[in-house]
Amino acid sequence: MTVLDVRAMEVRRGGRTVVADATFTAAPGEIVALMGASGAGKTTILRAIAGLDPIESGTVSVPRPVGMVFQFHHLFANMSAHRNVWLAPVHVLKRPRAEAELRAEELLVSLGVGDRASAMPHELSGGEAQRVAIARALAIDPHILLMDEPTASLDAARRGDLAATLRQLATEGRTIIIATHDAEFARACAHRELTVQGGRVHVVS
Amino acid sequence: MMSTRATVVVLLVCLTLVSAPLRSQSVPELRWGGDAEGGAPYVEADASDPSHVVGFDVEIAQLLASGLGRIARFVQVGFTSIDAAASRGDFDVGLSGIEDTPARRARLAVTVPYYEFRELLTVRSSDEDRYRSLADLRGHRVATLGATLAYDLLVDAEARDGIIPVTYEDDVHPYSDLVLGRVDAVVLDAILAQRGVRRNSGLTNQPTVLAVGHYVGILSAEQSALRDRMNTILRDAMRDGRLERIFRRWDVWNEDQPRLYARVLADNSPHPVPASTLVSSTVSGPQTWEAARRYLPALLRAAVITVVLSCLSMALAVITGALIASGRIYGTATLRVALTGYVEVIRGTPLLLQLFVLYFGLAAVVQLPALLAALLGLGLNYAAYESEIYRGALEAVPSGQLDAARTLGFSERQTFLLVRAPQAFRLALAPMTNDFVALLKDSSLVSVITVVELTKETSIFAANIGSWVIPGMMCAAMYLAMSLPLARLARRIERGWRHG
Repeated sequence: MTVLDVRAMEVRRGGRTVVADATFTAAPGEIVALMGASGAGKTTILRAIAGLDPIESGTVSVPRPVGMVFQFHHLFANMSAHRNVWLAPVHVLKRPRAEAELRAEELLVSLGVGDRASAMPHELSGGEAQRVAIARALAIDPHILLMDEPTASLDAARRGDLAATLRQLATEGRTIIIATHDAEFARACAHRELTVQGGRVHVVS
Repeated sequence: MMSTRATVVVLLVCLTLVSAPLRSQSVPELRWGGDAEGGAPYVEADASDPSHVVGFDVEIAQLLASGLGRIARFVQVGFTSIDAAASRGDFDVGLSGIEDTPARRARLAVTVPYYEFRELLTVRSSDEDRYRSLADLRGHRVATLGATLAYDLLVDAEARDGIIPVTYEDDVHPYSDLVLGRVDAVVLDAILAQRGVRRNSGLTNQPTVLAVGHYVGILSAEQSALRDRMNTILRDAMRDGRLERIFRRWDVWNEDQPRLYARVLADNSPHPVPASTLVSSTVSGPQTWEAARRYLPALLRAAVITVVLSCLSMALAVITGALIASGRIYGTATLRVALTGYVEVIRGTPLLLQLFVLYFGLAAVVQLPALLAALLGLGLNYAAYESEIYRGALEAVPSGQLDAARTLGFSERQTFLLVRAPQAFRLALAPMTNDFVALLKDSSLVSVITVVELTKETSIFAANIGSWVIPGMMCAAMYLAMSLPLARLARRIERGWRHG
């Protein structure tokens, strides 16, 4: 059974092929690491799956909504961490405000940033901002979570915490695709590693 | 960018061009100041050669110059600043239908009067029997030129008869607005009143003379010796009929003039006749502070107009500007082109011109009340600038914020309202505050369409007492009192955001 099915996906940007013929799948509860050097096309593959970049040819089959955690988090700068998390459930999923707020609080607490709920994004550390971003992505109940370079802003100890968190989310049945060039982190949490090189995806293990 | 050296060269060339006529002049000049905007028969640009001025004041200047053995050279000065320019010595003598007043006599060297005029009430012919005097015009708008004897007359009538004075910057639009019904009467001197009736059908001059005044030449106070020589020349010209010929040529000679000349020739003092028949409220010299106290309520009223007008205009500018900016980012290609055109046309033409078009230009189609025209003019003008600020601010919101919103499933509209606009507003606040302060001051331009706001009231006050020092300080203090809290409020909002 697969949740994500990417076939012969090609993405072009500014007349240049950034992703050529990417083909891979992911199963429910699976953590897949897309490995590769900077500029290999990892981020673009995630953006194309999330629907942010249009694909030139090929197919992407994925259940919506897709949760995405950006390398630089992109928390909404004009609102608190808490509101960042409950905003989409209220305005997109039309959940009652009180319910969404409560669930946002639970998510923040479960990710270890419950005490930072009222902080503005610029007041958060890199690790805190990332966990708020994960909470925001999870708040819309995605089947699949895409994470771009999740260890970029973390020290060694935080990396271990994040690996554990992702493992936990996977056991709850979520599929997680991680784009990273951090081999150690990939080994620590991914079930499967794929290598992206020149916009092509290769199976490593 | 021009290099520094190129700039210096250009400046030197300009300086040489400007100073050339001065250096090449061997015969001494009589620099005389006037306002060519005042028009015929006083001073006006020659239709066949606009660099050349014509009018009876031009001929009187020539008469004085030739009597002094000099060559007359015209210096253009705005009518309302003519007293200050005379004191500063920007010219030797000011001649531009300048009225004799006690204030001028106190602060300047004033020549003997060379022309006597009557203040007349002009009404629509259909109102001829209804409005015979100012007392009949209680609660009605009566137009005149600012800073004139007629204006003082109306200020007195405001207190006595309850009329509403409306000041214009020129002597053409009071009459055209009288035809349109924007005002119910005009008070100006007979020369202007007769021209107004000639040029506009359906107007009538009432026979009652509201006041009698005189035109004089003005010099700086230190120039009383030169003034005395001019008085001799003027008296000679009264005696030998040269003045009469000048006024006949301009078709303004009447039986009042020989009587005036007889009185001037009979009395050899510098001021042979009273300034005017109006027991005016004008003051001078030592009573300046007293005048300041009396003008304070009027200045405060004018300041309220400035504040209300600025706030409403800014609100209009913000709303319209936000709509234009959104349209230029999200709209169809046609809409974008149209909005870009609007912004470029509005930014590329003077606000003053836009106000004229709105108030006077459109008058044949739609007669906007002055305050509404001022509000629309300022608001729609600033909307163009605001829209550019908002567009820049909207485009400055990082694309990552929009990506995040899209992955969360927000619609374009939700993304705009919840994420993009609030962040853009934050970026726009400082330039917006800047614009609001600029608008506060630009609102002074609306005096050209008869709205008396703070700057206009100040210039009336200054013209009345013949000095800008105290009125200028009071006016500046009021503008600061309005703009400083604004800057403070903006800083407070910004601080509030920083803390969530």
